[in-house]
Order: sequence, then C-alpha cells, then structure tokens
Amino acid sequence: MSTLTDIPSSKTKREVLEQAVIRFAGDSGDGMQITGSQFTNTVALYGNDIATFPDYPAEIRAPAGTIPGVSGFQLHFSSAEVYTPGDAVDVLVAMNPAALKVNVADLKPNGILIVNSDSFEESDLRKAHVTVNPLEDNSLDKFRVFPVELQRLTRTALQNLGLDAKSMDRCKNFFALGMCYWLYNRSMDPTVRWIDDKFNKKPLLAEANKLAMQAGYSYCEATEAFQISYEIPPAQLTPGTYRNLSGNQALALGFVAASQKSGLKLFLGSYPITPASDILHELSKYKNFGVLTFQAEDEIAAITSAIGAAYSGALALTTTSGPGMALKTEALGLAVATELPLVVCDIQRGGPSTGLPTKTEQADLLQALFGRNSEAPIPVLAAATPGDCFWIAMEASRIAVKYMVPVIILSDGYLANGAEPWRIPTPQEIPAIPVKFETNPDGFFPYRRDPNTLARPWAIPGTAGLEHRIGGLEKQETTGNVNYEPLNHEKMVRMRAAKVEAVRQDIPNVMPTGDPEGDLLLVSWGSTYGSVTQAVKAQRAKGRKIGHLHLRYLNPLPGNVGEVLKRYRRVLVPELNMGQLLWLLRAKYLVDAVGLNKIQGRPFKQNELEQKIEEVLGL
Amino acid sequence: MTTSALPPLTRKDFQTDQEVRWCPGCGDYAILAAVQSVFPELGVRRENFVVVSGIGCSSRFPYYMNTYGFHTIHGRAPAVATGIKIAHPELEVWMATGDGDALAIGGNHTIHMLRRNVGIKVLLFNNRIYGLTKGQYSPTSEFQKITKSTPYGSADRPFNPVSLAIGAEATFVARSVDIFQAHLKDTLRAAAAHRGSAFVEILQNCNIFNDGAWTGLTEKDARSEHVIQLEHGKPLVFGKNRDKGVRRKPDGDIEVVALGNGISESDLIVHDAHHPRPSYAFLLSHMEVRPGFPTPIGVLRAWDDLPRYEDVVNGQVAGIIQQKGPGDLSKLLRGGDVWEVK
Repeated sequence: MSTLTDIPSSKTKREVLEQAVIRFAGDSGDGMQITGSQFTNTVALYGNDIATFPDYPAEIRAPAGTIPGVSGFQLHFSSAEVYTPGDAVDVLVAMNPAALKVNVADLKPNGILIVNSDSFEESDLRKAHVTVNPLEDNSLDKFRVFPVELQRLTRTALQNLGLDAKSMDRCKNFFALGMCYWLYNRSMDPTVRWIDDKFNKKPLLAEANKLAMQAGYSYCEATEAFQISYEIPPAQLTPGTYRNLSGNQALALGFVAASQKSGLKLFLGSYPITPASDILHELSKYKNFGVLTFQAEDEIAAITSAIGAAYSGALALTTTSGPGMALKTEALGLAVATELPLVVCDIQRGGPSTGLPTKTEQADLLQALFGRNSEAPIPVLAAATPGDCFWIAMEASRIAVKYMVPVIILSDGYLANGAEPWRIPTPQEIPAIPVKFETNPDGFFPYRRDPNTLARPWAIPGTAGLEHRIGGLEKQETTGNVNYEPLNHEKMVRMRAAKVEAVRQDIPNVMPTGDPEGDLLLVSWGSTYGSVTQAVKAQRAKGRKIGHLHLRYLNPLPGNVGEVLKRYRRVLVPELNMGQLLWLLRAKYLVDAVGLNKIQGRPFKQNELEQKIEEVLGL
Repeated sequence: MTTSALPPLTRKDFQTDQEVRWCPGCGDYAILAAVQSVFPELGVRRENFVVVSGIGCSSRFPYYMNTYGFHTIHGRAPAVATGIKIAHPELEVWMATGDGDALAIGGNHTIHMLRRNVGIKVLLFNNRIYGLTKGQYSPTSEFQKITKSTPYGSADRPFNPVSLAIGAEATFVARSVDIFQAHLKDTLRAAAAHRGSAFVEILQNCNIFNDGAWTGLTEKDARSEHVIQLEHGKPLVFGKNRDKGVRRKPDGDIEVVALGNGISESDLIVHDAHHPRPSYAFLLSHMEVRPGFPTPIGVLRAWDDLPRYEDVVNGQVAGIIQQKGPGDLSKLLRGGDVWEVK
C-alpha cells in the first residue's frame, strides 16, 4: 500500500497553522459522520488536540437532498489545547445545495469551500428550495470556492472495479476525505486500516473506498487546485498514551473499570433511546468482563431490572435520555426507599416530550434533582468533557455502593457523540472501589446504619441468616419492618436526606480557575465546560478579572461553593436551558447571579459567551 | 451462596414475626399456607428463596414469608425479578401478584417475562377485583360488572389469564383454586419443578369486595360439574359421577359429550401437557367461556425443553470468556488506535 500512503512531495506552498476547524456536510446518506470521524481519528493519532461536534438529523434518511436531511460533522484540531469544536469553520465540504445552504453562514470569510458540483442540477436546487444556483450568482465570492465533480471523478476512479453506479457514488465521501488529507498533509494510513477492517468481508468495497480516497488525494496533487496546503503540528499534551474517545464510549469503559475495581458484576438494564443507545451497544460487547446487558421491554423494566440486580449484589446501571428519565421516576423512588446502589445515566437531549432527539440540551437538571414524588433526594453528578465521562462513571459507582443510594449522572448529546483525545490512565491511577456485603447474622438489621456514611448494610440473597424483606412502604428505622408511625416517617425522611448530604464529606472542595477573586465568576456544569473555559481564557487575556467555577457535583454541592460565590462582584451562569442551576444557586446561596441561556439544541459559541461577559461587566 | 448439606426445613421456618394484615376470611391466607407448606419440600435452602411482588393485597405476600423478599412497585415485579435472575440464576425466585398488578399496570412486563422464559414462578392471585383500592373492577372482572368505578356495569371484556400466558408462549401454565388445598399444593410442586417461567393462576375469593368471585366453581355441588381437573396422560373427564368428557370433533374443535351409549373414555382427549402445538393448550384455556363446558384447573401446559433466559445470557458470558479469556482492563482501555505523547 506504499503508493497509497506515502505523502508525495508537492510543488504547492505549505503553511504552518496553529489550528483549523473543518466541517463535512451532506445528506444523511452521504456518510458524513464516517468521513468526519475518520478525519478526526487521523489528526488525533498525529497528536493534535481535538474537539468534535457531530450534528445529525433525527430521521435516519430524510428525503435525499432536502434541508431536513442535512448531516454535519465539525472538527476543531490544533497544536494548542482545544476546548470547543470552534465557532466558525475554515473549511466546509458541502455535498449538495441543501448542505451548502444550511452551513455556509458558519464559513469564515476567505474560508475554503469544497462543493460537489455534480449535485447542483436544477432538481438538486429545487429539493433544497434554492432558486438561483449559488455556484453561479457570485453569492460565494467572499470564499475560496472549489467546485469538484465528486461523482464523475469518483466513478472514473472506480470504473475498472465492475461496481454499479450506486455503489460507486457511495464512495464519493472518501474522495472528499482524500482531498482533505492532502489539504492538511495527513497520512491516509489510519483510514486505510479502518477500511480494511470494516470491509474485511467485502474486499471489493474496501478496494473501492481506498481507490476513491487515493483519487481525491491525487486529484489535489495533480491539479494543484488549492495552491496551498497546511500543516498543524502536534499539540503539547500531558505525556502519556492517548486514544480518541467519545462520551458514551467513556461511560461504558468507566463502568467496566468500576466493575473490575469493585469486584462486582456489572448489570445494565436499558431500553434503546437516542442519544444514549451507544452505551448499551458498547457494554454489550464486553461479555468477557462478565458484563450482563439486558435490553428490556421498556424504560421502566430497564430500571427495575437494574434494581433487582442491585438487590442481588450487582453493580447496577440503567442508561437513558430525558423521556426515559420521566418514565423511571417512580422506580427511582423505590431505589431511594429501599436504599439500593444504582447508577442512572441521563444523556440529555432537547425537550420537552420527544423534542429534539439528536440535539443537545441541559434541561434535565431540575428533573434529576427533584423529579420524584415526595422527598427523594439523590446524588447528581455531571461530566464536563467526553473523557471526563470515564471518571464520572467510576465516581458515581463509588458513591452508589458506599452510601447505598441511587446516583444520577447527567451527560448530554454533545458529550455523548463528541470526542476528544483521552489520556489512558495507568492501572495504578484507577482507584479501587471497596465493597462489603453483610454476612454476619449477629445483630443484623436491614436498616441498621453505618455511623459515618449512614449507609444500610448490603445483605444479598443467598446469605444464610440474613433473610429479610424490603420494599417501597415506609420502614421502621433499624428493623426495616413496615411502619406508618408519624415520627418514624419524619425520622426516615430526614435520614435519607442526611445520607445524601453525607456524601459531601467525601467530595473535594471546588477551586475556581482563572482569577481566585475579582469582577466576575462564571459558574458552569456539564458539557459547557469547554466553551466557558475558552471564553474565560480569551477574556482574561484582555485583562479582565474573571474566575470560572465548573461543577461536577450538583447534589450535594461541594462545601465551599457559597464561599467562592462571595469572592466575586458578579456571578454569571451560562446554561443550555432556561436557567436551572441559576435558580438553584439563587435559592440556595441568595446570590444575585444572572444567566446566559440558550435553548437551540446547540452548544454555546465562544463569542456568545464573550459578549455576555462584556455585557455583565458593563463594557 | 451456601452449598453445604441442606438442613431440614418445616413450614414454621417460612413464617415471619409480622402480623398478617389481610382481611379475615381472605383467600390469600390459604395460598400463604399452601406456599409455606410446599417450600420446605423443595430442597432449596431458605436463604436462596426470593419472593418478589408488586402492589396490591396479594403483593403483601413477601412480608409473611421468612425468605429474602422484595415488595416492589405496581406492576414491575416481573422486571425486578428478571434482574435478580439474570444477576443470580441460582436463586429460587417466586413472584406474588394479582389480576390488576400483573394484567393491567404490569401487563407488558408479564408477557415479556413469559416469552423470555425467565425462571420465575408466578403466582397470580385472581379475585377479579381491586381490593386494596377498595373495589374497582379489574382486567379479569366479568363484562358489565357493577363496581365502585362502574356503577352502570363495566364495558370491558375480561382477560383470561391462562389464555394470555399461553399466547405469550409461556412454557408452563397452570391454574388452581385457593380453597382446593391439595390441588393447589400439587400445582405449586409442579411449578417448582419447572425450570423456566411457571405461570400459576390461583382463583381467589375477596370476601369484602367481590365475595363469591368463584362460587360457581367452588361450591361443593357445583365443583365437580363445572370444574375439570387436567392430569397429564389422563382423559378429560368431569361430572359428579365422572359421566362427562371432552372429545375432539372432526373439524378440530372440541365438544362436551356424555359417557355411555357407545361413548367411552377412550373416545376422549387424553391430556398432553407437553403438546407442542400452541393451539392445544389455548383451546383448553378457552373452554370455560363456552356454554356447557367446564373450567379447567391443573397444568395446561408444561413445555420443558426451552432454555431459560438467564441461562442463555450467562452462558453467552461464559462462552465468550472461554473463547477470549477473561477481560483485561488495561488492554480494553488501550483498545483501538492509540498514540504516545512524550
């Protein structure tokens, strides 16, 4: 394969850049997600820091060529640290007029626009509701436009393989990918390996995709179309071994690690739902780790089967998104009342109801905190980045088994599908999760509590002498027998709350980044970590006294949050919801914080945050 | 789990110190007594029993059984029990449920547990009424039933629980009656001996809200005329004088015939609980709604050769471990393309 993978010397100019943002956009059937993830994998392997933003429609295949069918994948890669997928793009690959129409507004002036000129016929324009061909009306003059006959050139490259036209056309995304590899001087090796693996039973298709990619690469080389190519050197990351990891993959790995480190069998009860299903897919592969996955008949069976598994001594997990969380609420109450360890992952998406299944949002925070009947507090954790999902999974598991409580993890569509380079921890860096099953019948009571954690004993079926009954009815303290006495009920309600509060002793105090005191503190949680970090950095570079507090623990809140809030003149809480953490902080700490709220199914852009910061600072 | 020699157990070992809170005269007492007397015979250590229930009068059952017990939420007992069985297939899991719990709010879980053949013994207490909420009609109440929520009669046609279980491909389906203690115990023993899902409908009286729920079947005089006791390998005979039977018609349907006048037991259907075709058990389960036909009790179906869900799931895990070796966490974390940063 040496002819395919060697980077030939080029007569064109090569420019070294710090970073670039590229977006692949096309029809949902055009393979844009694959193209984007291949490019991502390649630059990550090369050593760039990355952040990605896959953005695809809820429909599997909306009518080809239409606006609802447009699927996009954005990648920010850099030789410096990267926190977001980037606001505007340097290179846009648009496979049809609809993709162009939806995405061109984000292309920087003088940015590179690669369009598939074969898909700008009268009928293509009509499907995208475009009246005048944008390739002919000077509307794209401020960009460097490269119309390429992707379909014809791909067919020419593959003409000797004996494939039908449709199969050949399906390779045109790899032609475009080959062009981008040339443009950024990247090796095609990793993608060649991926193609060989993916199509190992279909060698003809493997050959076709490789040829198409090579043809795209050679096309740039031969035509010198771009006149210039770019080089983005590797980033200076913390030394170690890295891999590219999405949030959902990271959660899956985190739970396997928690299972191994606790010695507990991992049980996942789940019902397919976007954008959480990938966790089920991942974990169902890891059977040699003893992982038990159960695709239940509905969301309720998913969580209640997990509760059954927890009762019998497994590390129990259920994964879902907002609508599924709504269905699980009664069962969450049962887990609270029976005080069983359980981890619930809510991969948030736009709502209410079915809402925006494939788009991101942070609007389940209050549901996670309060969405149950009566007083039913639950620890809530939120991951900050895709890689952080691994550590959050470990931490949630640790808290669940140590305190005998259900724990909710909040992630979202953006973290779930977005990827970043992840430094793989060494085995010593992954802490053990100690677990003790009760075995001693002397003085055993199912609700006798550990004085420090207030946890009740975990006494699993099969243990002689510890036979006992639990359930959703109120229990007498210590004995666990059914009990309806007024004072006992109040005591038990307060006890369950105190147990969740006790988790605070076990979580670190927060330390704001940036200025430790000053004019403004930004408080964020969840997936906005990256964009807020980047915005604060940029604003501090302009001399502003700003701190950033990012919360991974939402319940209980770390002990010093109130004190940190007081160190700044103003507090700004940016969220992808109507102001849920804002509401909480105002209520809890009586702080006159303000919000920046975006509910568009998309992450913050850096400049939106910077504008708000300047507004709040009165600049 | 303990594996040493099994200590002898008695009925007393399965009684708890909790005061039983069913209404005096409730049919549930009889079911509790039957279960407590059968459990010691099963050769299972007490700590390996788990009794799971949902919500309703019947679902208070675990509190009165001195085993591991889980009183869950309305309708979800099959799913909780499934989780227990997948995580620990060696446990002996029994489920107590009612007509509202299993067939209304929990209907979905019930059919999926049965089709998966999870090794759970299901005791469905059918009193054709909502007792704990004080007297609304249930999914098994007869058409036009007058209750608190249907003062002018219910408009729903009822479920037949055994037909439903057979339709859901349950591998063991039986029916008994609270006050037929000997028959009930035999049925529980047969259910216990079945490895997969064992579904037992127990006709039960609610003397407060639906007294006489099954009088037509349980009154001494009515019993032998209106009930047919199914026994594997025996002809379908019933009647006070064993003078009636059920026969196949040439078109495949069944009919009730009087014995004598040239018709003998050898003309009747010989009950085959292992009959492989779904239609056979279904036809039996549906007899009672036809005029002149008796209500069947006993084991309608006992298919034995189907693997249990929890064994398939755990077998897959064991097979993959054997094939690939036990998982290595470091290797897993380093899976896919990795690169070094120095």
